[in-house]
Amino acid sequence: MNKKIKNVVLDHSDAIVKMWLEEFDSNKENDYTATISDEMFESTNREFVNVIFSSIENQGLSTDLDDFSERLINLGWPLSYLTDGMQVFRRVITDYILKQSDKVDTDYFSEILREVDGWVDPIINRLINEYSGSWEHIVSLQRVALQELSAPLIPVMENITIMPLIGTIDTERAKLIMENLLDGVIKHNAEVVLIDITGVPVVDTMVAHHIIQAAEAVRLIGSRCILVGIRPEIAQTIVNLGIDLGKFPTKSSLRKGFETALELTNRRIEETQNNDEDIEKLIDSLDGE
Amino acid sequence: MDFQSCVNIKKEWDIVGARQLGRDIARKIGFGTVDQARIATAISELARNIYLYAGTGKVCFEALEEIDHKGIAIVAIDNGPGIQEISQVMEDGFSTSGGLGAGLPGVKRLMDEFNIHSEEGKGTEIRVVKWLR
Repeated sequence: MNKKIKNVVLDHSDAIVKMWLEEFDSNKENDYTATISDEMFESTNREFVNVIFSSIENQGLSTDLDDFSERLINLGWPLSYLTDGMQVFRRVITDYILKQSDKVDTDYFSEILREVDGWVDPIINRLINEYSGSWEHIVSLQRVALQELSAPLIPVMENITIMPLIGTIDTERAKLIMENLLDGVIKHNAEVVLIDITGVPVVDTMVAHHIIQAAEAVRLIGSRCILVGIRPEIAQTIVNLGIDLGKFPTKSSLRKGFETALELTNRRIEETQNNDEDIEKLIDSLDGE
Repeated sequence: MDFQSCVNIKKEWDIVGARQLGRDIARKIGFGTVDQARIATAISELARNIYLYAGTGKVCFEALEEIDHKGIAIVAIDNGPGIQEISQVMEDGFSTSGGLGAGLPGVKRLMDEFNIHSEEGKGTEIRVVKWLR
């Protein structure tokens, strides 16, 4: 019986493909085809339906399916294209088999449904797995990339190091900040470390707590910490929260913090003499003659 | 109560989601940057308390509109262990987790209204309001 249904489908594959293409084509107003040319859409449809039939014929998932889905993922086709396609296929093929059959009772009907589901569902599952697998892969790569960016330490000059923090600080990142900070202070032999929080959107008690701990740890290994980049609204919320940041110096901007760091290491910024002015004077005096 | 929107707190990153949504709503109501930062910080504290002590819960936002003034209400609800001694957690410097202990008293100072209701073994509900001036 099952064989019979399968044979009906395989023998009339051309007709089914035609129906599927027509039905699916009428779906074309869906957003996902907006940026895809008609030619491309048609050839992909043809390939898609061939892949479906080959997996029905071989009674299992073929490597064609993997290749096909992999290529679509790389090209950035939406998953909804494939799931829509499979749903249309299920509808078309059920209709077609029922039309070909002489007698239709409930048993026969449910058997056909089960048979069709047995072809269609594994393909859908495989496609969804392929897609979500590729997304998970991307997310994990991005997480690694983000972690590399999360607590950078820049040795700007001898004995002075800067750690610019941008974005939200969570527990994991706070740990990383602490580790990088202490490692970096030892490695670069820093006397002063500037922690810049200009890019931290919210400073709540947890963030403040971690910063205080980091500063305290830096003090223990014999260096000094200056907290810079405190925006006015952050200063107000810190006061409201009642957080005591009095144990280490704080500055509004990196520039001011850097000047303080230079002072602490017995240095200062000195402007070099402006030579342009002298040349201009010389030219002026020449013109006068 | 009819809430405008809620954020479920399950992971640490949900705190960020709650904060961003709250800040957006506050901006739409017309709060300035200082008050936006206050509101975002308060949400951060409340959501973090849920994450740390109750595990899961939700933070809901409501835009308040009365004849003479507008404001935002934030409600943090969880089904956690509840708070034994409310007067104790409202003291500065009290913490069971080794933190700064500035969370709840800080939130009270950041906002205009602060209501806490907690039942041991059942959960905690904190409602705070900030009025637009």
